[in-house]
Amino acid sequence: MYEFKYHRPETLQQAANLLAGNEDAMLIAGGHTLVPVMKQRLASPAHLIDLSHIEGLDSIEMREGLLAIGATATHADVADSPIVGEAIPALAELAAMIGDPAVRHKGTIGGSLANNDPTADYPAACLALGATIVTSKRRLESDDYFQGMFSTALEADEIITQVMFPLPKQAAYQKFRNQASRYALVGVFVVRLPSDVRVAVIGAGADGVFRVAAFEEALKTSFTSESLEGLSVPADGLNSDLHGSAEYRAHLIGVLARRAVDAANDRA
Amino acid sequence: MAKISLLVNGEPTTADIDPRTLLVQFLRENLRLTGTHVGCDTSQCGACIVHLDGKAVKSCTVLAVMADGHAIQTIEGLAADGAPLHPMQEAFREHHGLQCGFCTPGMIMSAIDMVRRKGHDLDERTIREELEGNLCRCTGYQNIVASIAAGATAMAKSDLA
Repeated sequence: MYEFKYHRPETLQQAANLLAGNEDAMLIAGGHTLVPVMKQRLASPAHLIDLSHIEGLDSIEMREGLLAIGATATHADVADSPIVGEAIPALAELAAMIGDPAVRHKGTIGGSLANNDPTADYPAACLALGATIVTSKRRLESDDYFQGMFSTALEADEIITQVMFPLPKQAAYQKFRNQASRYALVGVFVVRLPSDVRVAVIGAGADGVFRVAAFEEALKTSFTSESLEGLSVPADGLNSDLHGSAEYRAHLIGVLARRAVDAANDRA
Repeated sequence: MAKISLLVNGEPTTADIDPRTLLVQFLRENLRLTGTHVGCDTSQCGACIVHLDGKAVKSCTVLAVMADGHAIQTIEGLAADGAPLHPMQEAFREHHGLQCGFCTPGMIMSAIDMVRRKGHDLDERTIREELEGNLCRCTGYQNIVASIAAGATAMAKSDLA
């Protein structure tokens, strides 16, 4: 790890000022992505700004009819929150599937979204649920926020403060794990909103999380796994690596989408 | 350098450290608490698990400077030298829940965290799922699972837990 200067702001304003005023500054909260990449020297921030002491940034509450989750809420906070469990049980279940118990005690939703790892789980939930990512400067719709793998609409001096989720009628997440790393080889999050259906896929796309319009249209007609029979996602543009070919991932997307619809219907 | 003060196994501890210092490095090299191990150094194996404010964390992926103001418990803090072992340690001894022993401190810290979150009556499936972040290359896990089930029950009857 290269040297850095450590900062511990107590307010969001202080953090924003530090981020804007220091070249090569990065934010840290749980550190479960940033510390490993700093150890590998893939990241070498000159300044590290610790968000974990900003009071209230980890709050979980219902606001304006939406589920509002603070950026520094850990995966364990989200998984165990009765508020999340009541509002969007599929989101609590997704959080409980990230990493392992010790990782979930540190990793945060804001960190996961800022990093936009193509195999991370939260981007699928945000895109499928049509979440709004609230930052220190503005509100970003999830359809505009994710811009390819490890790439987002965030500007260099922008801090995620909260993620606002509309409440779905039905939702479920299905993940097929890589047997060694346990990351999603493919993950599919299916959502039925009052007047829309959204399907988001993680792990498979060479360009990160994406939606499947053909599945969404079929499910709008009938929200059953049968309506997805015969539909598939082209292997073009999907990852192909030692863990699985693009064709295999395309197949898994169909299988997991049908399972997710069944799981959502079983819950209802 | 950064000044930190924290509780380690109940002892107030202060130090002036390079902000790059990992929590596991601080525990092992500065405090000589070498019971916490470094296995993979990539937050997968769980040999470095300690409790931060009572919750299991992988100390190879926590900066010591971020533990400032918090309470850390390591395997050394479970029972005083010469005193009876913590019931989870005793269960691992009794049920032969280790072979080489390298993963054992992390297994035990993880197991205690598991009991705090999931209660004293743990079935095999729960234990195996909850051990997702702890790797053992010797035992095949069978006796680790048996040890944790027994330790969880024993903790219900112990003041040490």
